[in-house]
Amino acid sequence: MMKNKKTRTLLYHGGIWALGFLMIYPILWTIASSLKPESEIFRNAASLIPTEWNWGSYAQGWEGFGNLTFTTFFINSTFVTTMVVIGTLFSSTLVAFGFARVNFRFRTPLFVCMIVTLMLPQQVTLIPQYILFHNLGWVNTYLPLIVPAFIGGIPFFIFLMIQFIRGIPRELDEAAYMDGASTFSIFWRVVLPLTTPALATVAIFSFYWTWDDFMTPLVYLNDTKLYTVALGLQMFSDPSSVSAWAPMFAMSVVSIVPQLLVFLFFQKYLVEGITAGSVKG
Amino acid sequence: MAQEMKVEGRVQKSNKLRSQLRTDLIGLGFIAPWLVGFLGFIVGPMLVSLYFSFTNYDLLSTPVWIGLENYVQMFTNDDRFWKAIRVTFIFVFGSVPLKLAFALFVAMLFNTKRRGVGLYRTLYYVPSILGGSVAIAVVWKQLFGMNGAINDVLGFFGISGTDWVASPDFALSTLIILVVWQFGSPMLIFLAGLKAIPYELYEAASVDGANPVVQFFKITLPMLSPVIFFNLVMQTIHGFMAFTQSFLITEGGPMDNTLFYAVYLYEKAFAHFDMGYASALAWVLLLICALFTAFIFRTAKSWVYYESEGGN
Repeated sequence: MMKNKKTRTLLYHGGIWALGFLMIYPILWTIASSLKPESEIFRNAASLIPTEWNWGSYAQGWEGFGNLTFTTFFINSTFVTTMVVIGTLFSSTLVAFGFARVNFRFRTPLFVCMIVTLMLPQQVTLIPQYILFHNLGWVNTYLPLIVPAFIGGIPFFIFLMIQFIRGIPRELDEAAYMDGASTFSIFWRVVLPLTTPALATVAIFSFYWTWDDFMTPLVYLNDTKLYTVALGLQMFSDPSSVSAWAPMFAMSVVSIVPQLLVFLFFQKYLVEGITAGSVKG
Repeated sequence: MAQEMKVEGRVQKSNKLRSQLRTDLIGLGFIAPWLVGFLGFIVGPMLVSLYFSFTNYDLLSTPVWIGLENYVQMFTNDDRFWKAIRVTFIFVFGSVPLKLAFALFVAMLFNTKRRGVGLYRTLYYVPSILGGSVAIAVVWKQLFGMNGAINDVLGFFGISGTDWVASPDFALSTLIILVVWQFGSPMLIFLAGLKAIPYELYEAASVDGANPVVQFFKITLPMLSPVIFFNLVMQTIHGFMAFTQSFLITEGGPMDNTLFYAVYLYEKAFAHFDMGYASALAWVLLLICALFTAFIFRTAKSWVYYESEGGN
């Protein structure tokens, strides 16, 4: 009996490790390929251990193309992502508080509108918005990437915050209201400080989606000087311009490092965010 | 006297009205950012694009009204449109069930108090964090390429592979594998759902002699149905939106065999600058998604079990 249990435990962990290895193999392969000598990448393709450690690809890749280095792309991505995170935090908290705590007329129909846009595919609004931004003269600037965040462009975050604020006891608001606090100071001094975990979740998700986003910058940015890391990498990996594979793999690794770091340090908030909307709501 | 009371009543009424108006203003003030975005960036532009969908418009010259011509062209005389529809449907119906099945399977493996599960969950979630990135798309192309790692492994078993991403028969499958690989989010949602199922249900079932398979179909699946429903809706919409994978890995090819709807729409809009036609495509996509969501919600009544409604 004892032995049987031990075998099962061993089988369980062994199986999970085997499957887990398969799961992260493509990522390990990317890292390994970035360190292999150029000639070896596609010769011993499946191997994860370079015969010779070739760190030079990183410096070579960072040089980028033309006279644009990855420093430019990282600065651009950092700027866009930071602005989007700030914008998302700003709009999602204000709007969520309005929906969750203020009893204004038309609240329910407007809330329904918000939920409907939650399920609207991005491509449906892409063309209409492009025409609008084109006429505003915003094409080839960061405005189409950043402004939507400030006006609740991703309703998922508003929804997430509403769910969270609904969990904060209303007695706290009422007590503050009795003391003569205005609605805004209830929002600012009572509710907002209690939403910190949800703020972290929202910040992390908007960081991910913006850092990862390929389609929006592709559509709006023409000038290579404005390119984000995603676009820069795509340009860098273009079959017609790739002369060496190892630097391309090296830059692929570098481009995912920020995401990986944020994930490792803040995964708790991520898990909460993913499950909050679906199970509780 | 009566006069006085009437006046007082009116004052009270107007006070109440004023206070409601104040609340309205405060509420609208808070939701103003979203309201501006909703009206100005979603509803407005969409209505304008509905108009453009009946025109010939290239962004530079003034739109020319052509009535239903874009739609007629699309449905009767555009093979690539139908191809895109077909490819997208195969992609959605191939990837979503596989992804959900896999997510549920792994979630059940992780629904245990064994040691190390936290670490495993992290490990299995990593692909979902990175899978949508340009980096992974770029890598995928090489991994499944002629000289890639996949063929290297197959060669070890004596199978000679092909250039999977360039093969008309397999290109779409490589993209489906890429998407299924990112099963992390539905997995976490399933896991949370599984943890919420009362353990007593399983205990009672074992006492009654139900084996694990019966327990799975009679307890786990029904209890999990709201979560399955949520995942199904979200992943289906997500599937219809797929763009980066096809655009970067296969560029819609070979022979349009991975021409996702979103890629076709992008091409029409930003390669041909046929904004009228692209607007029409966007509206058709909206209708397709709306129909699907409505369909899933419709059928939900018969298979989604909500505890508050009592037993079926």
